[in-house]
Amino acid sequence: MQRVVTPDYLFFEAPRERVFITGSEAAKEAIRRSNVDIAISYPITPQSETMQQVGYLYAEGYLKDYYRGEEEIGVMSAISGASRSGVRALTATAGPGLLRGLETVVSWPGGRMPLVLLVMCRVVNAPLAIQPDNVELSYLLNSGNILFHAENQQDFFDYTMKAFVISEKVEVNLPVVVAVDGFFVTHARGYVDLPPKDIKLPPRDPYMAATPCMDNENPPARISRDAPIQKSNFISYHMHASWQQEVFAAHERARRHVDHYLGGAIEVVNPGAEIMLVASGSAVSQAREAVRQAEEDKGVMIGLVKVKSLRPYPRLEVINACKHAKKIIVPEFNYVGWHNKEVKATLYGHSNAEIMDGPRVFGGMSMPTEMILDYIFPTKGKKF
Amino acid sequence: MSLNTIKISDGFSHFMPKEYVDLVERGPYGRQVKVSEMGSFKEILEEHPMCAGCAMTLFIRLTMVGLPAPEHTIIVGTAGCGRLALSQANIPFIYGNYGDTNAVASGLKRGLSIRHPDQPKDVVVMAGDGGLVDIGFSALMHSWFRKEKFTTILLDNEVYGNTGGQESGMTTKGMVLKMAPLGKKFEKMDVIGLAKTAGLPYIARIAPTNPTRVANTIRKAVLIAREIGPTYVQAYTSCNIEYAIPTPKVMDDARAVEKERYGFMEIISDEAKEYLARVEKDSKKAVPAS
Ligand code: SF4
Repeated sequence: MQRVVTPDYLFFEAPRERVFITGSEAAKEAIRRSNVDIAISYPITPQSETMQQVGYLYAEGYLKDYYRGEEEIGVMSAISGASRSGVRALTATAGPGLLRGLETVVSWPGGRMPLVLLVMCRVVNAPLAIQPDNVELSYLLNSGNILFHAENQQDFFDYTMKAFVISEKVEVNLPVVVAVDGFFVTHARGYVDLPPKDIKLPPRDPYMAATPCMDNENPPARISRDAPIQKSNFISYHMHASWQQEVFAAHERARRHVDHYLGGAIEVVNPGAEIMLVASGSAVSQAREAVRQAEEDKGVMIGLVKVKSLRPYPRLEVINACKHAKKIIVPEFNYVGWHNKEVKATLYGHSNAEIMDGPRVFGGMSMPTEMILDYIFPTKGKKF
Repeated sequence: MSLNTIKISDGFSHFMPKEYVDLVERGPYGRQVKVSEMGSFKEILEEHPMCAGCAMTLFIRLTMVGLPAPEHTIIVGTAGCGRLALSQANIPFIYGNYGDTNAVASGLKRGLSIRHPDQPKDVVVMAGDGGLVDIGFSALMHSWFRKEKFTTILLDNEVYGNTGGQESGMTTKGMVLKMAPLGKKFEKMDVIGLAKTAGLPYIARIAPTNPTRVANTIRKAVLIAREIGPTYVQAYTSCNIEYAIPTPKVMDDARAVEKERYGFMEIISDEAKEYLARVEKDSKKAVPAS
C-alpha cells in the first residue's frame, strides 16, 4: 500500500531510480503516485495507451473509480462534475478530441475547478492525420487553463504530479493542462528518474478551495445564482468581467508555485548569447541539439530558453533571458506559430532583437536540427 | 450534517432577512413535506423569472416538494427556461454547457459516492427537450446504459422556449414552429421507449394536473435512483408563450393533452418496487424529526 508523503518530499527528496520508459508509461507512473480518485477516459490516438494504463492502475486499486465516457464532450463534462464533487479527477485527450470538448474545457477555469488534463498533441486540421503537431495548444493559451508543455518523458512524469498540487492550491484553484507532443514523447522511450511507487501525494482537500465543492455539506458558490448573470443587462457585464479577471489573477498567483515546483518557469542554456532559441515541448530537445552542433561544428555559442509554463507565461523571465540577444529564433511544431507570436508580444518594447519567423514543422514531421541551424547560419539557395 | 449549510450563526440571527429565517425554521429540510401542506412551509422555490403561467415552473415547484432529501440533493441543468427557476431554488444547482447534463451528473454522482459513502447524495438532472433529447442525447443515453444512479427529469415543453420557439425532437409531427416552416417532418421522439430499452428501473410520464402525483412520482424516482439505478420522469410542461396558450388556460391545456396523449404512466421494476416498499416501511417506523 502507498504512504502519503508531502509534495516536496515526493518531488525533491525521495530517492529516485532511473528507468527507460515511454511517455505514456511515465504518465501512468505519475498518476500512480498522485492519489487520483477518478479518471474518466475516452480513446483517441496517441492518448489511448495512457488512459488504458490508467485503467490498469484502477484494476490494481490505485484509483477509486474509472470508466470510459461516451465521447469527448461527455468526458470533459463528467470530469467537471467529478471535480465539483470534491474528488481529484483526471482525463486526457489529443488534438481533435480536445477541440470537440473545448466548450467544456474553456468553462472549467470559470468554474474554478481543480483537475488535470493531459494533452498528447496531434494534428487537428485537414487533411486528416494522426501525427504530432501542437496547433491545438494555441486554443488553450487564452482559455484560462494553466498550461505546461513537457519536453520529454521526465517532464511529463514530473509536471503531471505537480499539476495536481498547483491546481489545488487554494489561491489558484484552476484546471492544469499538461501537454506533450504526441508520439515523439508518448510513444518513444526516454530515461525517467522515478521515486518509489509506495508513496503518494496527500489527497485533495475540497474545502480548501476558492469555490466550495458541490457536496451540499457547505454552502455552494452560486456563479449562476441569478438569471442576470447570464442575461444581457448591466449587472452581467460586471459580474462576468470580474469573474474573468479573477481567473487571470489566479494565474498570477500560480507563478510562485510554478517557480517552486517546476524549478522556475524557464530554463536557460548559455545565458547572454547573442543568438537565442526560445522553445517549448519537443522543440526544446531539437534546440538543445542545435546548440550543441553550433558550438561543436561552428564554434559559435548560441543560447536556449526552455519555456516550461505557457500559462502563466514567464514574461519577465523571457524578457530578462533575451535582453542581450540580437537574433531570436522560435522553433515550433505547428503551422500557425503561436509561440513565435507569444515571444514577439512578450518582447515588444523590451528588445531590439530580430525575431525570426520560424522554423516550423507540422503535420507529423520531425524537425531536423539543420533546419534550426539554417536560420542561424543561412546558406544561400538551400532552405529547408 | 448538511443542515449546517442553512443554519444561522447565533451572532447574525438578529440581522437575517425574515425570509431566510422562515426557510430555516419552516423549510422542507430534514423532513418530508407533502403537497397538502403547501402554504404552511417555506418552499425551496418561490420566486422565479419565468413567464407568467408557465407550466414548467409549477412542475418544478412541485418537484421540490417531492424531493426526499433536499438537503442532500444537487440539481444539474443546462441552457433553457427551466434553469431560470432552478438557479433560484435553494438547492445547489450546476449550470453547465450545452447538452452536458447527464455527463456532468455522472461524474458528480460518482465523486459524491467516493467522498460520502455513508450519506446518500441525490443528483437530479432537470432540463428541457432541447437540452436533453437533442443536444444532450448522447450523454442521456449513455448515462442510462452505464446505469448511473441519478434521476433525469425531462421538462418536455415540446419546443425551444428559451431561444424563441424552434422545433425540437420532442415536438409532435406536423407542428409549425420556427425552423419548421412547413410543419415538423418526423414523429416526436420516443424517449420512454428508449428508457425501456435501456432497462431503467423506474420510468414515468406525467402532466402537472395532479400536484400530489407529481410530488410522489419525483420522490419515487429519486429514491429508486439512489439505490437501484437511473430513473426517468418525462413531464409535459407546456410553453404557453410559444404555443399561444392564454395564461388562465394553461391547466386546461395540460388536462386536454394528458387525456389525449400524455396520460400518467409508470413503469417500475420488481427490484425497485421491493426497495420502495422497504423504504416506506422504514420511514413509518422512523421517529419524526423534532
Ligand atoms: S418561454 Fe415558454 S417554457 Fe419558457 S418560461 Fe415562457 S412559457 Fe415557460
